[in-house]
Amino acid sequence: MTAVTAAPLKRRRGLTPVWLLLPATIVLGTLFAYPMWQLGLLSVLDFRQAQVSGGQPTRFVGADNYATLLGNPQFWSVLTATVAFAAACVLATLAVGAGLAVLLTRISRVPRLLLSLAAMAAWAVPAVSGSTVWMFLFDTDLGLVNQVLGLDGFNWMYDRYTAFGLVGAVVVWHSFPFVMVTLYAGIEAIPKSVLEAASIDGAGSWRIFWRIMVPALRPLLAIVVIQSIIWDFKVFTQIYVMTRGGGLAGQNLTLNVWAYQQAFASSEYGLGAAIGVVMTLILLAVTLLYLRTLRRSGEPL
Amino acid sequence: MRITRRLLDGLAVLVAVATIFPIYWMVLAAVKPPGEIQSLHQRPWTLAPSLDAFRRVLTVDDFGRYLLNSVLVALVVVVASGLCAFLAAVALTRFRFRMRTTVLVLFLICQMVPVEALTIPLFFLVRDIGATVPGIGLNTLGSLMLVHTAFTLPFAVWMLRGFVAAVPDELDEAAQLDGASRFTVLWRILFPLVAPGLAATSVFSFITAWNDFLFARTFIISATDRQTLPMALLVFFKPDENDWGAIMAASTLMTIPVLIFFLLVRRRLVAGLGGAVKD
Repeated sequence: MTAVTAAPLKRRRGLTPVWLLLPATIVLGTLFAYPMWQLGLLSVLDFRQAQVSGGQPTRFVGADNYATLLGNPQFWSVLTATVAFAAACVLATLAVGAGLAVLLTRISRVPRLLLSLAAMAAWAVPAVSGSTVWMFLFDTDLGLVNQVLGLDGFNWMYDRYTAFGLVGAVVVWHSFPFVMVTLYAGIEAIPKSVLEAASIDGAGSWRIFWRIMVPALRPLLAIVVIQSIIWDFKVFTQIYVMTRGGGLAGQNLTLNVWAYQQAFASSEYGLGAAIGVVMTLILLAVTLLYLRTLRRSGEPL
Repeated sequence: MRITRRLLDGLAVLVAVATIFPIYWMVLAAVKPPGEIQSLHQRPWTLAPSLDAFRRVLTVDDFGRYLLNSVLVALVVVVASGLCAFLAAVALTRFRFRMRTTVLVLFLICQMVPVEALTIPLFFLVRDIGATVPGIGLNTLGSLMLVHTAFTLPFAVWMLRGFVAAVPDELDEAAQLDGASRFTVLWRILFPLVAPGLAATSVFSFITAWNDFLFARTFIISATDRQTLPMALLVFFKPDENDWGAIMAASTLMTIPVLIFFLLVRRRLVAGLGGAVKD
C-alpha cells in the first residue's frame, strides 16, 4: 500500500488536510476536549447547588473530592459491582457470540439466515425499548416468565443479584450479535483448506477452535474483547431504566449511574465529576492496552 | 454427520426463536386488547388484535410530537456528522501529513471516553451557550443535535476511513490530471463512490441519536414538547400501575424504524465493520 500511495501523496503537500479536518476538529474540540478539561476542573472544585445558582463562590478544594470518594465505603462497593458486572457481561457476551459464530459455520443455509436475521434484530432494538420489553417479560404479576415458572408475586428487582442478572441478560442480548457477526466474518476468512487439513489430521472441533481459529482470529478477538469491555463498563440506559436509577437503596448502582445521580440528583457536581474522572482513567488504561495489542499484532494505523 | 448437522440446525433455529422472542412479545403486547394485557394467564397469541394502545399513545399522550422530534434530531445528526466525517476521513486516508497517526489515535480515544461522565460539564456548557445562542441551550432540540453530532463523529470517521481507502487512488489522480479541482474531485468522484459506506455509517449515527436516553434526560428538563422518544416512553411507567399496553406500543413505534434501517444495510454494515476493524 505504501509503495502505491507514496509517490502521489508527496505531491499533495499543503494545507488541504487541515481544511478537511477543520469541521471535525471544531466540533470535537468544543464538545469533547473542552468538556474533558472542564470535568477535570470540576473535580477539584467545591461545586454544588449553592455555587450553581451563584449564592456562594466556587472554591478550589484540591483533592478533597477524591479523598471523600476514596474514603467512602460506597465507592468501593460500587466500583466492585461495576467491575464484576462488566466482567460477567463481557464473558457471557463473548461465550455466546463466539459459540454462535462457530455454530453459524456448521449449519445449513436457512437456519443460518434465520439466526443472523434474529441477531441483527436484537442488535437494532433501542436500549430503552429492549429494557422495557424485558421488564414486561419479568413483571411480578403480568410477566410471562413468572407465570410460566409459577413464581407468583416474585419481584426480580428486589434482590440485588437477580436484578443485576436481569440487566446483564438484556445487555448480553443487545451486544452478542456484534461479537457473533464480527467473529463469523473472521472465521469465514480463514482458508477452508487449513480447517480441512486439520480435520483430516484427526483434530476434533474443540481442538480446531482453540488451536486454529483462536490464533487466526487474534487481532479480531482483541478488538471485540476491548470493545465489549468498554461498552459493558459504561452501561447506563439499561440500569437506569430497569432499576429505576440504581435499584433499591442504590444496590444496583454502577460508577456511571452513581456519578450521574451524585451530580444531577444530589447536586454534588464536584463529586460526580471526580467519579467521572476515575472512570475515564480506568477506560483510558483499557484503551492503551488495546492500542498496544493492535501494535503488537502488527496492524498499521 | 447428517444427524449432527440436523441437531445443529435445530439448535440454531431454537436460538433464533429465543433471540427474536422479546421483539415478538413487544409487538404482540402492543396489539393485545387491554383485558388480555392485564391477564394473569398471558397467552402467546391474541385473537382480537386492536390498535387501541397505538391510538392512546399517539393521541392522548402526544407521542407523535416526540416521534417527530426524534426524527428531526436524528436526521440533522446524520447529515452533520456524515459530512464532517467524510471530510476528515478523506484527509486521513488521502494525505500523509505530520501528526496523522496522532490524529487517528485521538479519534480512537474519543471513542473510548465515557460520554456519561461528560454529561456534567456538557450540562453547564449547554446552559452557558443557551444564554448567548437561544437555539441550542437547555430544553432545545439543538443541544441534542450538537452533542450527538460530536459523539457519533469519531466512530463515523474510523469506519468511513475503510470505505475511502477502498476507492483506488488512481481515480482521483486521473481526474486531477484532467484538470479537476480538489473540490470537484471531492464531490464528483469520491463522494458518490463512498456514498454506500456513508449510508452504513449513517445508520450508526442515526441509531445513536435515536436511542439516546442520557442527554434527552439531562438537557430537556422542563420543556415537555421538546421531549424525544426514549424519555417520553417512561411517562407510561406509573407508580401504581404501569400501562404496559401503551409502553409496548410506544416501544414498538420506537423500534420499527431502526429495525428497518438495520436490516436494509445489513451487508454493508458488516463489510464496514470489517473495514473499520482491519484497517
